[in-house]
Amino acid sequence: MKKLIIYCIAFLFSGILYAQEEQQDIKKDTTKLKEIIVLGRRKLNNYRQEKTLSSIDNFLEKANKVTMIKRGNYAWEPSLNNMNSERLTVTIDGMQIFGACTDKMDPITSYVDVSNLEKVHVGSGQQGTENGHGVGGGIDLQLPASKYYESGLKTSVDLGYETNGNYKTAGLDLEYSGNKFYITTDGIYRKSDNYNAGGDKEILYSQFEKYNISLQTGFKLSEKESFDANVIYDRATDVGYPALPMDVSLAEALITSLTYNYANDSTFISSLESKLYFNTITHIMDDSKRPDVPIRMDMPGWSDTFGFYNKAKFNLKKHNMLINVNGFYNRSLAEMTMYPNDPNQPAMFMYTWPDIRTLYSGIYAKDEYSLDESKTLSASLRFGYHQNQIAKEEGLESLQIFYPNIDDTKSRFLASFSTDYIYKKDHYDMSFGLGYGERAPSVSEGYGFFLFNSFDNFDYIGNPTLENEKAIEVNIKTNYHVNKLHIGIESSYFHIMDYIIGNIDNNISSMTIGANGVKVYKALSYATIFDVYLNSSYSLSKSLSVNGTVGYNYGKGHDNENLPLIKPFSYLAEMSYNKEKFNAALQLEGNGNQSKYSSFYGEDETPAYAVVNLNLGNVFIINQNKLVLKYGLENILDTNYSTYADWNNISRQGRNFYINLSLINF
Amino acid sequence: MKLKYILPILFVGLLATACSTDDDDDKKINELENLVKITEISNSTHTIEFYNESGMFTTGYNNVRMRLKDLTTEAYVENATISWMPIMQMPTMQHSCPNSGISKAIGKDTVYEGYIVYQMTNADGSGWSLTLNYTIGNDTYTVTDTITVMQYENQNITSFMGNDDSRYIIAMVEPKDPKIAINDLKVGLFKMENMMSFPIVEDYTITLDPRMPGMGNHSSPNNTDLTYNIADKMYHGDLSLTMTGYWVLNLKLFNDQDDLLKGEDVTEENIQSSLYLELEF
Repeated sequence: MKKLIIYCIAFLFSGILYAQEEQQDIKKDTTKLKEIIVLGRRKLNNYRQEKTLSSIDNFLEKANKVTMIKRGNYAWEPSLNNMNSERLTVTIDGMQIFGACTDKMDPITSYVDVSNLEKVHVGSGQQGTENGHGVGGGIDLQLPASKYYESGLKTSVDLGYETNGNYKTAGLDLEYSGNKFYITTDGIYRKSDNYNAGGDKEILYSQFEKYNISLQTGFKLSEKESFDANVIYDRATDVGYPALPMDVSLAEALITSLTYNYANDSTFISSLESKLYFNTITHIMDDSKRPDVPIRMDMPGWSDTFGFYNKAKFNLKKHNMLINVNGFYNRSLAEMTMYPNDPNQPAMFMYTWPDIRTLYSGIYAKDEYSLDESKTLSASLRFGYHQNQIAKEEGLESLQIFYPNIDDTKSRFLASFSTDYIYKKDHYDMSFGLGYGERAPSVSEGYGFFLFNSFDNFDYIGNPTLENEKAIEVNIKTNYHVNKLHIGIESSYFHIMDYIIGNIDNNISSMTIGANGVKVYKALSYATIFDVYLNSSYSLSKSLSVNGTVGYNYGKGHDNENLPLIKPFSYLAEMSYNKEKFNAALQLEGNGNQSKYSSFYGEDETPAYAVVNLNLGNVFIINQNKLVLKYGLENILDTNYSTYADWNNISRQGRNFYINLSLINF
Repeated sequence: MKLKYILPILFVGLLATACSTDDDDDKKINELENLVKITEISNSTHTIEFYNESGMFTTGYNNVRMRLKDLTTEAYVENATISWMPIMQMPTMQHSCPNSGISKAIGKDTVYEGYIVYQMTNADGSGWSLTLNYTIGNDTYTVTDTITVMQYENQNITSFMGNDDSRYIIAMVEPKDPKIAINDLKVGLFKMENMMSFPIVEDYTITLDPRMPGMGNHSSPNNTDLTYNIADKMYHGDLSLTMTGYWVLNLKLFNDQDDLLKGEDVTEENIQSSLYLELEF
């Protein structure tokens, strides 16, 4: 039976491929933009020159299409193709996990640390649907693979210090690797005081403190079969959000998984991976450190997710296939209690996420077919069944204030499809992709109840009657390599139908004191988002090179209004010098004036800025130990600036000297 | 017959008898299910017991259930015709308050039902007395006693002079247990004809604007104005409560000619109508 299904799917795929026989293809090239190798933190000659101990957020920000939306110095929200959380699937090693904060103060990326991960896979648009449905793409934070290296015990220590914010980091990594068994454990601790913006202006409430510990272990049952278990515990306390009226006293996550692996090169199924997982998040907002608030409030939130996936890889002649059957069940609950200034009045209470249960199950299939040496055609499909249920009677009744006719459950069918054609020659490669994808509204978009958004100063009401958001996508990418010159262009165009966005409803009075009004999630009949990046690099000598990137983004609704949070013209220029044991890079990074800001959606114009950074690195080998030293000066000119992605125009860090030290004991 | 046949039958019979006795008892208790005795007043022939959910009279709307016990037979009277007259004794005068007629509670044998709307009370709960006149068969009886009426913590009733120089009373009847939802708001509107007569006013309109003074005086969506319902002779409207806490229900009263009798719009400057009710949950 199993085989029958597999053959059916394979047949389906080959049909699609035959239909496009005329076209050419290539082996898929994973460019630096699609994949950021975090493990590279130990490698000195990584051209991006990161700090070894920089956060996931910092790593992600280096990718072309990724921008981090900042509400403070911690827990940045990734945005890909100018689309953020709701439109992306952010997963940890294929595991679904959802933040517990109604105000997006805890993106998933804040619950893992670099020490937990091996790499981050960023899939743009419909290329990122392996783990779930999205419109903008998928970010998968991948855990390390099993390590049966027989290398015995290995330890490493990381220490970091940054002058701006008195930011201290310490990490410890222990790894034992045997023939049939391995165990790795690591811990990292970070603490920062308030940072200073350019001109020594202290940004109040920008402090944070967190630690993260993880344990991964595995054993081999046989040469072909093995089990892995992974536990990550992440706990942040005293996190300030200068752009928001509240801080966070606790953001805690426990992420667990158990995986069964099967690998065999000689059979039809080359590998099989089955994972069972559970994660739970507690997020507690707190305003007790703010001296002036119109009203004191507590806003705790919880999110629990159970799930599984079964992933199988097949090789059939020139076909390279992957099938992923996955499912999850999430419970999101958030509440708000407000304490009136008049002590005679009782506390005010509401469910802001009224215990929303989401059940999803779906199947993903992908086939890469090599037409010949230089041409590859690939196609992927995802189908899924998605159901939301309002579990609390009070929650249903409170939403019925706005939508008297809704039921407690809503089911949807979601479909995604993409196809890519890749052509690759020695000096030239290009790829062309088409995609169609759908997504369900997020819990906030569907069921949020008076969620205050400090960005536009509106209260938001979810809309359980929203249609699926649908996107048609075209992407193109080419690279030319001529001698020492490399030039690449990549571009994506999204036509998004039923684009979900908050719309002002003048009939509803705002709940939050001082808010401008209430927005209800509605769908624009369509919106378009376009981005194009030009990358170039030139090698002056074997060790000296220059590279530059310019980007342009565009986003408009059907009514010709600009969409919010669209990146303005951006550029990056870098000169780097790399030797085996020393590297240096001087970097100029900036944005143009945000002329196409969206006043309709509460944005103001962010002026142009440019900052200069200097990064340096050394490697020393002492006996059996390797010492990696990374140091540098960021924002050398102490520019006071903020970018379009900074919530409420909070200024970014001013001049900062950093030093990271890693000691690896073989 | 053998014993083994007889015994089971006997047991079943016993059990059935026992059950039926229980049933009778249950029925009497069930007639007062979820109710607490407020007080009882007596004359030489009867005792009248008063019940409601809270076990006390408070200012505002009081739904009252009562039983009439014959002191000689110890049985509850099922065929009485009852009327009542609550009286507030003031230093210089006395007055009554809005109240309904008394009828047999639906589906009950011994329980009678009516409501009284106390518009005020003394701080210690004193001042009110209750007189009942009742007829059983051809005999008429009367009984009078003082009762205790406590002040309700919120303004669930308001008594005011309209622009037509008439005095009115508005009392909240429902919601009894407000929820974060669209609640059915039910109020009674009475006109004070004289000190002793408070008839129901029909076909006026009461507009509704609920606000939360503790939270920037925000309102809520999808409320409806209250209109008269001929079936229960009360005014009904939708009241949206978006969160728990203290709410002020700002009202305006219009007569059947759409003339404003009392109340103002809530604006930035005028944060509360002079005609309002309060609600807390």
